Amino acid sequence: MILSAAVFLPIAGMIAILLTPKTQVKLIRQIAIGVSAVVFLLSAIATLQFDSGNTGMQLVEKVAWIPQMNVFYHLGVDGISIPMVFLTGLLGLLACVASYNIEVRVKEYFALYLLLLTGMMGTFVALDLFLFYVFWEIVLVPMYFLIGIWGGPRKEYAAIKFFLYTLAGSIFMLLGILALYFKSEPHTFDMVQLAANHAYSLGFQKIIFLALFFGFAIKVPIWPFHTWLPDAHVEAPTPISVILAGILLKMGTYGFLRISYPLVPDGARWFGIYMAILALIGIVYGGFVALAQTDFKKMVAYSSVSHMGFVILGLSVFTYSGFDGAVLQMFNHGTITAGLFLLVGVLYDRTHTRDMNSFGGLGARVPVYAAILTVFSLASLGLPGFSGFVSEFLCLLGSFTVYKVITIVSCIGIILGASYLLYMMQRVLLGPLNPKWKELPEINGRELFTLIPLMVIILLIGIFPQGMLNLFGPTTHALVDAMGGIAR
Amino acid sequence: MNVLQSLPFFTTEIILIATGFVVLLLDLFVGNKKALGYLTLAGVIASAFFVHVPQAPQPLFFGYFLVDAYSVFFKLAALGILAITILMALAYKGISAKQEGEMYALIAFLGMGLILMGSASNLLMIFLSIEFVSLTSYILAGFQKQNPSSNEAALKYLLFGSVASGVMLYGMSLIFGLTGTMDLQGIRDAVFASGLGQLLSLALVLMLVGFAFKISAAPFHMWAPDVYTGAPTPVTAFLTVGPKALGFAILLRVLMTSFAPFIYYWSVILAVLSALTMTVGNVIAVSQTNIKRLLAYSSIAQAGYILMGVVAASQIGLSGVLIYLVAYALTNLGAFIVVILAANQFGTEDIESYAGLAKRAPFLALALTVFFISLAGIPPLAGYIGKFYVFAGVIQGHFYGLAVIAALNSAVAAFYYFKVVKQMYFTEPKDSIPMAKPLPLMTALVITFAGVLILGVFPVPLIELARVSLSF
Repeated sequence: MILSAAVFLPIAGMIAILLTPKTQVKLIRQIAIGVSAVVFLLSAIATLQFDSGNTGMQLVEKVAWIPQMNVFYHLGVDGISIPMVFLTGLLGLLACVASYNIEVRVKEYFALYLLLLTGMMGTFVALDLFLFYVFWEIVLVPMYFLIGIWGGPRKEYAAIKFFLYTLAGSIFMLLGILALYFKSEPHTFDMVQLAANHAYSLGFQKIIFLALFFGFAIKVPIWPFHTWLPDAHVEAPTPISVILAGILLKMGTYGFLRISYPLVPDGARWFGIYMAILALIGIVYGGFVALAQTDFKKMVAYSSVSHMGFVILGLSVFTYSGFDGAVLQMFNHGTITAGLFLLVGVLYDRTHTRDMNSFGGLGARVPVYAAILTVFSLASLGLPGFSGFVSEFLCLLGSFTVYKVITIVSCIGIILGASYLLYMMQRVLLGPLNPKWKELPEINGRELFTLIPLMVIILLIGIFPQGMLNLFGPTTHALVDAMGGIAR
Repeated sequence: MNVLQSLPFFTTEIILIATGFVVLLLDLFVGNKKALGYLTLAGVIASAFFVHVPQAPQPLFFGYFLVDAYSVFFKLAALGILAITILMALAYKGISAKQEGEMYALIAFLGMGLILMGSASNLLMIFLSIEFVSLTSYILAGFQKQNPSSNEAALKYLLFGSVASGVMLYGMSLIFGLTGTMDLQGIRDAVFASGLGQLLSLALVLMLVGFAFKISAAPFHMWAPDVYTGAPTPVTAFLTVGPKALGFAILLRVLMTSFAPFIYYWSVILAVLSALTMTVGNVIAVSQTNIKRLLAYSSIAQAGYILMGVVAASQIGLSGVLIYLVAYALTNLGAFIVVILAANQFGTEDIESYAGLAKRAPFLALALTVFFISLAGIPPLAGYIGKFYVFAGVIQGHFYGLAVIAALNSAVAAFYYFKVVKQMYFTEPKDSIPMAKPLPLMTALVITFAGVLILGVFPVPLIELARVSLSF
């Protein structure tokens, strides 16, 4: 029941908000924050209840939904989904707190926000392909509105581009799902059953993998399907950028791990080398483009393309360390990039500009902000001691055993990461203080509240990654074994 | 069964005819035309209670009609569509009081025609019922006598419709000549014995042209945009769902009863029609600036999706057709209700007049958004269940090319649906005069809105209904 509660509580909150008069702004905010706090607690309890030694599905709920098509309302978590559930709960709460300064159309904002939360949580716990698809698509609609109404100057373009791009991809995913359904005997959408017997021909598996690939690759996004991402990230309001980067992108990589890999393993392995090449291009390309940006937010957006490239690289090799690295990198990228977007937002709220060249010397003016920004930047560029280092290292370690050249070239991405992040810090924090900002107020308590939990997690995982790896390691290793990957 | 034995099974039709005549008569004396509308509504609802659900299929009037589960499904669907249409007409401002009474009578007659279409099981009766519905539709399309575009709509509809009927009748006459019977069962036996020769396949194609016209499938859709735009909006709403749904009913019945063994032949033709229809509808809809025209092209495209289910012609595909038709009818009628509300207020049907509707009338904007999302086939709404089933049908039947075309089409469709959504939510309203919300329309809106939501989340009863209704 705990998973259902986490999935549907936001809907209940949404209805409560819709029934509240729109002038009761404070009450609406309190409902939204209250609901997302409870959802976070539920996700934390689910994480605590989770038995990491067990590689099967846990906290399972299964009820018939559409018996004529053998569709079940089937929820459950394993080691791959539980970090995502926790991340969704955490960022769901933090982004909701960060939404506190949304002033226009508050009622609609929080109603849509909670609907979005339901969709995301549902995607990570659904074990029935039909149900998964429903949640996957539910995410789209509120996101369209959240970008399109509360976004920046080019919000309408960014919103529809995001919407159509993802919709187009997901319809091909639906075709793949249906083909899988009709190939299975007896016909089923149950991911667990489908994973247990997947004796399909390689040709069929390749087609299915490709159909699913469009859906997932656009979401990640894998180069060359990434073009919606900079637009959406830059135009979206800060909390929504946090959700986009922190959770939505993970839905794509999660889709590979949950559906493509277990259900069509041979097809997936056949495409491994191509995934690795696309990952490499993403890492290097994203890094170079990030380096060229003057817009702070756009830089972080492109850094996501680069960092998600490491996830795909880890996923492309089917080794223990590659998969461990990929799942950990999903979680770490979620926390680190969410923090960076929050920090961009802090600055933007005060200065109404994101042009990095117009800052300078802020380190002296707002030292606490500067310190936090430094921590997140160093974590993002992969400095040992922070979480980002562990996961990127594992991804590269895993891929090195399979694709040596690709791995070596990918390391350029790490150097590029250091370059654009240090270059950003130089332009924003160091140098002479731009006199325009001499009255710049320091980061406030609410903003600290959203950032400090992320910092704690980043440091904890950086120093003691084993705790996290133990959580999902058995599951990822079982997946590698089931796919006939390399046990290293 | 002879006439006297058949009459008890014919109560629904009789009530509808009687309602029509009573309204026509009372129109001469009663000044309050709305009362006539409510009377018609009462007649329609009452007739629904007399829909007879037979244990076994009953041939009526010497086999001209067949009362089976399938016809019951379409009877109920047609009556539902009629009821909502009447609620829309009650609040529509474009009809003069002098004509209003006649309109309700015509709607009742039209309802009777639709119901006949659902149960006709003989080529002659199929032709007659189609013609009955068509003629009534022509009149209703041109009901705004003072409005040139309404006149144009009626004339265009008449001309195109007559040609299509002629072609269809020619096909039917060939079939009669080749098989010696007009009964669908008889044709099946004859065709099964003789095989599908060249002449018979030509006859089948000619007959399909007539059906394609009714469901506005490309390339026989040319009439639809002008007629849908010019006709009074409640009539448009009705035309986009009523004749289309019953057109599908006849298409399925004829193909599955008489020509089921030759599925390899007609499914290919229909696959091409389907791909063409959805592509033409969607691509042209993108550039529309008038909401009625946009919905007109969208309804052409929707016919293309529904055809996917016919192409598959499997249990899933055929259930898909029925499910999709119900979902589509609810959704499209709902969308037109909002169009009427907005047109009553703004006096125009430009998409631009929807600017800021979310601020002026949040529920209307929400409802229209939900309808568009349903039309776009995004879960968890009724339209998604329909789309899921027809997609499942073509994938199961290995029509992968059609599935891919439909997938690409869905993205195009989402673009223009969200063009309207964008106006409603992202643009500021021009003024803030509160919207008038007449009770009949709001009732219909709540019914359709709730239907689209509930059928999306709990589709089991509808799916089950569709399953038991497929009695061939």
